[in-house]
This record gives sequence, structure tokens and C-alpha cells, in this order.
Amino acid sequence: MGGYQIVVCGSIVPDPLQTLEPVTGPVGPALKNELMLPAVLDPWAGHALFEAAHLASKTPGSKVWLVSLGPKAKLQQVMMAVGQKVPFELVAVDGPAGGFLDGHETAAALADAVKAIPGIDRARLLVFGGWESASRGAGATLQMLGERLEIRDQFQGVDQISPQPDGSLEIMERVEGGQHQVSLVASPPALLGWATGSLPEPRNNPQVGMANMKAIMPALQKAKPAKIGVGDIQYLAVTLPKAQRETRVVKNMPTDEIAREIVEWISKD
Amino acid sequence: MDTILFLSHTEQDGTLPKAGLEALGAARALAQALQATLVAGVFGKATQPAASQLAGSGAARALAVTGADFADARYGTDAAAAEALAKAAGATLVVAPHTSRLARVAAGVAYRLGGRVDTHATALLAKDGSPALTRWFYRQRMEATLKRTQRPWLILLDAGCHPAFRPEGGAPSLEEVPVAVADAQRRTQVKGFKAPKSDAQTIRPDAKLLFVAGAGWTKKQADGKPHAEDAEKLILGFLAASKASLGSSKSLVDLSGEGNAVLTFMSHLNQIGQTGATPRHPKGLATCCHGEEPHVVGWRFVNERRAVNLDPNCGWARGKADVVYVADAFEVMAKVNALLAKK
Repeated sequence: MGGYQIVVCGSIVPDPLQTLEPVTGPVGPALKNELMLPAVLDPWAGHALFEAAHLASKTPGSKVWLVSLGPKAKLQQVMMAVGQKVPFELVAVDGPAGGFLDGHETAAALADAVKAIPGIDRARLLVFGGWESASRGAGATLQMLGERLEIRDQFQGVDQISPQPDGSLEIMERVEGGQHQVSLVASPPALLGWATGSLPEPRNNPQVGMANMKAIMPALQKAKPAKIGVGDIQYLAVTLPKAQRETRVVKNMPTDEIAREIVEWISKD
Repeated sequence: MDTILFLSHTEQDGTLPKAGLEALGAARALAQALQATLVAGVFGKATQPAASQLAGSGAARALAVTGADFADARYGTDAAAAEALAKAAGATLVVAPHTSRLARVAAGVAYRLGGRVDTHATALLAKDGSPALTRWFYRQRMEATLKRTQRPWLILLDAGCHPAFRPEGGAPSLEEVPVAVADAQRRTQVKGFKAPKSDAQTIRPDAKLLFVAGAGWTKKQADGKPHAEDAEKLILGFLAASKASLGSSKSLVDLSGEGNAVLTFMSHLNQIGQTGATPRHPKGLATCCHGEEPHVVGWRFVNERRAVNLDPNCGWARGKADVVYVADAFEVMAKVNALLAKK
């Protein structure tokens, strides 16, 4: 086998430290000042990318693509940072990436982008992504992408992939109760929605950054536009949760007293 | 008129999971509100024990896909079973529990049926005679009420959002729906389960209390040295005495992943927040955790919140907790453990 072809699908989300406020946009709900908010690569998609690069580095002949759908200007900003981390080839799709959009339409645009990658070989194909986004958080887009690509071996909440000597892949998925389900898939193609995996975020590598940048700018320039909307969804209301709590800040209370209060509190039904 | 399919897998013993009974309760209430037809559909290695749990649900039909091929949670066979049940029911709405097993296949099944899907629903409603749901966006930062026109519409209901259905009366007879399984659907084999690296099971979804340990437990203390071993004893001692579920901030589990000398029982599975879990517990106690927004979004469904922190200006004190004790968590938890031991 000539290594894996790993296609990572990952979009951008507002920096988690930003305050988010819903507003009504032309096609449905949106975020206030959405285009002004600093963006980051969707965290679980980021883990998928780092795991993909790690797997590719251990398997000669492998290659990683990052298929990313988002506003071109925002993608450029985020790729400047992500491109320093691990080697990949960007496939950019120019379109909106908000949480209120319909995952069905997003999956269709991503499927078109993946199918258009030259030389994709199903026998070597692994499709990665985050198991849920930090925007819509549905865990649906990747599954529908898999169906569109006719990949019927799918895994969600993945924390580990281990290639076996016979070409099969052992995969650990999160299930209830803090456990992992361990499965063995005979061979690619397979689709994996990643949770956090087990790798720390790679340090910036200037050499990787230089190599990536040569291809990132042309990829952004030739990004195909995708028309993504809310589909058949009718939003009846979008609200922020209730205002802040009235916090009682307890200072100078003896430790014994604090402990007694906590034990009383946790013992109360 | 809508036909609502309550869809669930069964456990290994053939009974419905608790979240399944909750989804059944929600599907039944929605069917009554919409005057819709309710159909039940279950799949698994064994399904007969589930029949008695459907008793009194008002389901017009009870369908089942049963067999060894459906014993394990596997995309190929689970999706085939769910697709067959939805088609056999003629469902326009499918209500299912948001278990890991159904979350793996629901969107794929919706695609096959030419329908749409919404997951992590927190409530099902009847609005002007049509179904609607509520769910959160941007990791529990804002809540939306929405409906769809496309059918079938598959909805996964989060656990803990609706009272579980209580069966009464005689069990309906199950109508078996045949599903042919090809070798291509068996390319994946489930080998078993693995518990996280820990001395004890620390994740307890049904616990009344969530105990969160932040990175402060591993920092240098008043004597200028870290005391990770003491922290481990205090935390595990508290978990044993209180039966609480253990959560963590991202910074602490990241430290574990980077090989630092830290809390050995902590893994990414314990992580709460933006890139972790959003568990449901009546109470939560945060210790040595700053309570910044990316972490606190994971506390959206924790009702009563208290925190122990040395910093009186930490995030918890800014309206995110009900009570913040400005104190040393090592000292407080040692006293708490001593009090619990006396009980």
C-alpha cells in the first residue's frame, strides 16, 4: 500500500474567549459582528488534523489534505496560524461557516470538494473531522459527508487509531460511562469523527509553515464559492441564557466552617 | 398527520436504555399534543424484553429488528436497522435518545431517507400544530427553538431532558422487520470496551454532584513545591466518600497529555467545557479552577454551583457560581473528607 490519503474536514469558529450574541441576519440567525470576531480552527477538527499528520508521518507515502469551508478572508487568517503546525494541502471552499446553517448543505459542499481532489483512491482514503463542531455541535455533517462518499464504516468520538500489520485499523471511540469501544475495520475507506485524541497541540514549525504557505495562498485564491443557507430550518427564537448568578463570595471564613458548609450542601437532597 | 417513530437500540439484555425510556416519554407526549400516530421501533441482539417496557405507550405498532448482527454498535448494521424501521413505520418524525450508538448513525440515516436531522435536542414541543424543538448552539452559549418542513425529521433527545416513560399493562407483540446484512456491512468488528486509565471509575453520569479539579491542584503550593500526590489522595478520597463524578478543566488534562507529573487518573474523558463534555448534574463543586468561559460553558446543565479558589476575582466570582469560597482547596478538601468519613 502506498500510504493513506487522509482528508481532514474542518472549519473555523469564533475564538472561544469571545462574547457571542445572536442577531437576526438576512437568511436567519447569525452572530453579532460575526465577520469581526477573531476565529480559530474548530477545536475537535484541529485534533483530527494533528492526528492525521501524526498518522501520515508514521506511514510512508501518506498525504494529508485539509478541506475547509468558510469565508475566504477568515480562512486566510486562521491558516496563517494552523499552517505552522503540521504539513497539509489546503482545499478551501468559500462560504459561510456559522452554527445556524444547515449541516445537510454543508455536507453537500464538502462532498463536492473531496470528490474534486485529484487522484483520490478509495482503497487508501480516510476521512477525518471533529465529531462535533463548536458552532452547531450536532455531529451530523461528517456522517452525511460519509454517506455522500459512500463510506459505510464510520466512527465518532474517536480518541485513537492504530494501524495493524494486516492493514486493518483498530479504532477507539468514546461511549457512555467514560469508556471506549474498541473496533477493528478491515481497511480504508473509513470516516472518523475525532474527539480530543491523545496528542498535544504541535509546536509551531517555521519550516512546515514555509512549505504550507506556498500552497495555501493559491488554494485560497482558487476557492470555489458554496451557497450554504439554513435550508428548511425555521428558527422561532434564539436567546442567550439567563443573566449572571448572584455570587456570594465568602472571604475569611475558617476552613472548618467552609468544609462543614460544603458537606451540608452536598448532603442535602 | 404525522407518524412519530420512537426509535431505540436495546442493551445487551434486550431492555431499553434509560435514555431510551426518556425519549419514549417525549415522543409519546409529542404524539398526544399533535394528535399524531405513535409507532415504536427497537433493534438489537435481543428485543423481546423491550416489549414490556413499551406497554401502555399508546404505540399503534411495535416494530423490531433483531439478531446477532445488531448486537454491537456498528455504523453499517445500526444504520441499516434504523433505516428499515423508519421505512416500515412510514415515519415523518423519528424521536430517538442521544446515546453514542444512535448519535453515530442518525445523520447518515436521515440522509438515506431523504430527511433531515437535529441532535442534542433538549425539549420537543408542539407549536401551532407542528413539531418543534429546542437545542443549544455554540457549545451551550445560546438556545434556539426551531422547526423544519422537510420529512422525515430525525431528532435525538439528550439524556436527562424528559421524565422516563413508565410502562403499565400488557406488552405489545413485536412485529419483526427483516433486514438483510451484506458482508460489506460487517467490515467493522467490535472487539470490546476499554475503561480509561484510572484506579477507579471516576465518570459517573448519574451522580448528584460534579466535582471539578482544575490545574491549580498541580501548581506550586505555599511551600514552593507542587503536591500532586497529596492532590490525588484528596480528590480520590473525596470521590470515594461522596460518589461524585470527576470533571476537569482542559488545562489540567492537557498537562497529563504532555507527560507532566500530574494527576494520573485524569484523562481527556474527564474534560468539561468547550472541547469537553457538558454533563447534567444537580450540583457542581469546582476546585482550583479559574472558571473561565470556555470551561464554564460545560456547566450549562449544572444547577447549583460552588467553587473553592484562592482568587476572589476568579471567573466563578463573576456571576458563574452561586458561592465562591476564597480558600486553599487542599485544606478545605482535607477537612471535607474528614467530615465525610465521620458520616
